[in-house]
Amino acid sequence: MDIPKDLVAASAAPLVLSILVDGPSYGYAIIKRVSDVSMGELEWTEGLLYPLLHRLERQGQIRGSWGASESGRKRKYYDLTDDGRAALAEHRSQWRAVAAALEESWGDAKRMMIAATPNGMVTA
Amino acid sequence: MSDIEHQVTLWRDHMAKRAGVTAEEVDELEDHLRGHLEQLEASGLNEDEAFLVAVKRLGSQHDIAREFARENSQRLWKQLVLDGTEGPTRAKGDRGGWLPAVLFAVAGAALVKVPTLFGLTLTDDIEFYVRNASLLGLAAVAAYLLWRHRAPAASVISVAVAFGVLAVAANLFDSGNTDVLAMTALHVPIAVWIVVGLAYVSARWRETEARMDFLRFSGEFVIYMVLIATAGGILVGLVGAITELAGYDPSGFLTEWLIPCGAAGAVVIAAWLVEAKQAVVENMAPVLARTFTPLFTAAFLGLIAVVIASGNVADLDRDLLIACDAVLVVAVALVLYNLTARPANARHGWFDWIQLTLAGSALLLNAIALANIVARITDGWTFNRAVVVGGNVILLVNLAVSAWLLIQTVRERAGAVPRLERWQTAFIPVYAAWSLVVVLVLPPLFGLT
Repeated sequence: MDIPKDLVAASAAPLVLSILVDGPSYGYAIIKRVSDVSMGELEWTEGLLYPLLHRLERQGQIRGSWGASESGRKRKYYDLTDDGRAALAEHRSQWRAVAAALEESWGDAKRMMIAATPNGMVTA
Repeated sequence: MSDIEHQVTLWRDHMAKRAGVTAEEVDELEDHLRGHLEQLEASGLNEDEAFLVAVKRLGSQHDIAREFARENSQRLWKQLVLDGTEGPTRAKGDRGGWLPAVLFAVAGAALVKVPTLFGLTLTDDIEFYVRNASLLGLAAVAAYLLWRHRAPAASVISVAVAFGVLAVAANLFDSGNTDVLAMTALHVPIAVWIVVGLAYVSARWRETEARMDFLRFSGEFVIYMVLIATAGGILVGLVGAITELAGYDPSGFLTEWLIPCGAAGAVVIAAWLVEAKQAVVENMAPVLARTFTPLFTAAFLGLIAVVIASGNVADLDRDLLIACDAVLVVAVALVLYNLTARPANARHGWFDWIQLTLAGSALLLNAIALANIVARITDGWTFNRAVVVGGNVILLVNLAVSAWLLIQTVRERAGAVPRLERWQTAFIPVYAAWSLVVVLVLPPLFGLT
């Protein structure tokens, strides 16, 4: 399945914030996690992730700090801030509203499609 | 350093050269690259294979850099004022910081005030300053460039000696003749600026590419100076207005201190900005040259039509001759600055034809002017005529050969563009030599000493 760019971009910030709810993380791990939770449907590029991380950091939704990896390498970790939590809550209600609307309309559509089939007309 | 470390270092360097990606961001990306590497090696690839795959997965550097630049577009502009410590390619030991530039600027401003220690003030000894303004004002720029480019001792000595020679030349003849004074005031700065060029290219003074860099530097320098002067003018106006409102006469402070010291400081700051920000607002001068080449070409063609229509070709007004010298200067400058931005492998195009028309029309205008001035010379040479004709001939030779080389370019002769570069840069010392002739040789020749 090919998820369009617009959709990937729109869902990127909520996904990052959601992943950071579980605790601080860093770029490489975040990309892997995104891939995992989407069953491989979302394969982010670094060109998408890092500018996004830096933007969220600038907006104060996440906080970056330099630490070290297990092997002692310089690594930048990101942590959720209170603003980020608030933003995530907002994202969730927005996405839930969108998802609910889609589900609801798909339910209607299904009924209409059934009603429109010759078979359905006979039974009606 | 192991092979893989070397590869990563190379990758880092390439990434860091991209505009809009900071050193910290490269660190972060490197961690990411190494994340890929570890995983790939754990799955059984050897180092080299893992590196190739990891770099591939990371995506092309160009794409990443573009995404970063989009997110950081304001940073490209910020680098105009910051000293570049968070800039992309700031190496250790680089002398491009703002502090030294400010110190040199302060030194330059102080130098302008040194003559007042000997009782020479701008208000009362204007002639001294008319003769020496460029020497006093640009010495700090030359010193800054020598320091900045770590010039060898030979270059430092050459520049110092050249400044000494020009200082003597500028003040040698005190004939009381206003023509000599005016021409000295006009030609000493040309020679001084070329000495600044010597400071700029220092040990590379023989190389065409270094000289081209100096020409690029000169173009951008002028543009920065115009901008700084505009803001400086507002500053001077405001300071003047406020002091006056407070009941003091600001004119002494403005003309003796703020304007001369401000200008002397500004030239160093402009030099620093051009050097430090080369990559950021690269090459405004060629953009202007490209914009105005067609317009000036049209104007020159119009001028020819006007001159011919006036039917007065043989006896044109004297001012028109000076205007014709200006026409040649403009034509040479446009050819020059179109050249500075020309990619080495560019194919010729319509623009070369326009340049050729520009050079041709300027040459024709000049031929008319020269014919005119030669006709006047039947009643004897004067100092002024010698200067105007000499300058005209030099520019004429330059432009004629340039036009010839432009024809070669249009005809796609191999190496025509490098030859045009060599020709233009080889001419720089000629301007300096002619300036010295005007200042040192012509006055005694006409008995004006």
